[in-house]
Amino acid sequence: MSTPPSRRKPPRVGDGPLIRRSLIGFVLVVGALLVLSPLLVIFVQAFSAGTAAFKAVILHPDTLHAIGLTVATALIAVPVNTAFGIAAAWAITKFDFPGRRLLLVVIEIPFSISPIVAGVAYLFVYGLQGLFGPALQAADVKILFALPGIVLASMFVTAPFVARELIPLMQAQGRDLEEAATSLGASGWRTFFSVTLPNIRWALLYGVVLCNARVMGEFGAVSVVSGNIRGQTNTLPLHVELLYHDYQTAGAFAAASTLTLLAIVTIIAKVLLERQGAGRSGRPALAAPAPAQGSKP
Amino acid sequence: MKRLILIGAAIAALLTAPASAEPATKILNASYDVARELFTQVNAAYVAQHPGVTIDQSHAGTSKQARAIVEGLEADVVTFNQVTDIAFLAKNGFVSEDWQNDFPNKSSPFHSLPSFLVRAGNPKNVKDWDDLVRDDVKVIFPNPKTSGNARYTYLAATAFAQEKFGGDADKVKAFIGKLFDNVPVFDTGGRAATTTFVEREIGDVLITFESETTGIRKEFGEDKFQSVTPSVSLLAEFPVAIVDKVADARDSRELAKAYLEFLYTPEGQTILAENGNRVNDKAVAEAFKDKFPAVRLVTVEDVFGGWDKIQAEHFASGGLLDQLYGER
Repeated sequence: MSTPPSRRKPPRVGDGPLIRRSLIGFVLVVGALLVLSPLLVIFVQAFSAGTAAFKAVILHPDTLHAIGLTVATALIAVPVNTAFGIAAAWAITKFDFPGRRLLLVVIEIPFSISPIVAGVAYLFVYGLQGLFGPALQAADVKILFALPGIVLASMFVTAPFVARELIPLMQAQGRDLEEAATSLGASGWRTFFSVTLPNIRWALLYGVVLCNARVMGEFGAVSVVSGNIRGQTNTLPLHVELLYHDYQTAGAFAAASTLTLLAIVTIIAKVLLERQGAGRSGRPALAAPAPAQGSKP
Repeated sequence: MKRLILIGAAIAALLTAPASAEPATKILNASYDVARELFTQVNAAYVAQHPGVTIDQSHAGTSKQARAIVEGLEADVVTFNQVTDIAFLAKNGFVSEDWQNDFPNKSSPFHSLPSFLVRAGNPKNVKDWDDLVRDDVKVIFPNPKTSGNARYTYLAATAFAQEKFGGDADKVKAFIGKLFDNVPVFDTGGRAATTTFVEREIGDVLITFESETTGIRKEFGEDKFQSVTPSVSLLAEFPVAIVDKVADARDSRELAKAYLEFLYTPEGQTILAENGNRVNDKAVAEAFKDKFPAVRLVTVEDVFGGWDKIQAEHFASGGLLDQLYGER
């Protein structure tokens, strides 16, 4: 007799009720301890001095300006980095050229460098004692300790986010579809918008969300180049630190809760967009990056 | 081509336009990291007296501020808590060499001192520096290698020990060594040390600037902690200066000078005293004398011969501090 046509699935690693439950339990407990409880604390502390105090902190001109500055930074840095990320991923995965691997390494550098190093490096490039500082001052152009410096530092730190999401996916998808489109007479832009973009949009969205969250939350690099001028160059993370150092714990947490809210809104927006798209084109790529070469959307 | 040049000229004109002949009505004050509340009040009072004027504030550790100014942060005035950081600006040509003669009291409109904060009721009966080396007392202050605040603590304790042992270097060293042994954890900064003492409830005494103890008690409960002023401590200056390079470029010297002078007026001194700082104005000091118990203050110059000497003997790599800290 051949092997019985059992309905049992082939045994997999970790597929027992005990292991399954303890694994799920473990993840839930660690998740609650590491992620959920600090989040809760932020909101509890933010309101610890009462709703009126919370409102006073949030509506304070300095806080409002910090929120505005943080959002403005994201509005500049995220689109630029998105364009850069798409271009870089496209160049690396669709073309062969000398220095391709080097480019890949260069893109990843900001991942491995501490943001404070990035900030200090900007000081040495644009600072008065630095490379371009004196020339910039002579031309009365302000980069450091002003919005351009903050945007540049944020962009440096978040440069890899979009590209890193796209490259593995685009590598897996190969070039067949683009080549087919081109051979059928589609222009480069047409190929990009009708073929490539639909294939990568979930990974792209995920990259943009990560990039945005990081731009808004960036502390180290921005702290070096911002100049910490209240109501001018203090971003929300810097404002949180300022309030905390000033023995305004409730105020610091109120500002922190705003920052957290911004992050949560970003993630909810991502989930909503995903849901809208998932109905039409199957599961989102980021949940399970398409493994097969040239798989259709 | 002609058009390009014209456009270029127009852009250049736009960029350079703000450099007008009018004296500035706006200055930036670069200050230390825990001075937000203080200068919010000072600036509001100054602007109320001088409508139309704007005072911007920047706060960070003063070494970082000094570095930023040298790299191009356009601060017209600095109000620091470390003399050495203004000396750094002077060395780089941003502040005049004799800046300490520009304003009264060596350009220090207010001062403070390393002082003690103990838990309510002072259960360990800590009164003076002697008590800190007792076996049953745990002391909290940050790492003197990384914190300016803790350097003052280290120097104040050293000054006390030098007096007590009549300058016997070995006994002074033993005293400071014992003090370090009584510190269960060295945090990197003053705020972290406060958290250790207040929220983690480690230690019996927190040593920090007297001006800080006011803020700590306000934030964490007046009834939970009490201040203890030692018999002798080290004068901690809070120096101010005009950043010449910036003030000249922006034509803001007049406003910068008037703003810093305001700190010496009775109104300015009152705000400073209300925020826990000791001031020199006789009438204001008299009005706040309940808040500031008598203490004998020694200066860095008298005891140690100035900051340069301190840097070389105590804080330089391999200096006295390294020897003591390394022995732990």
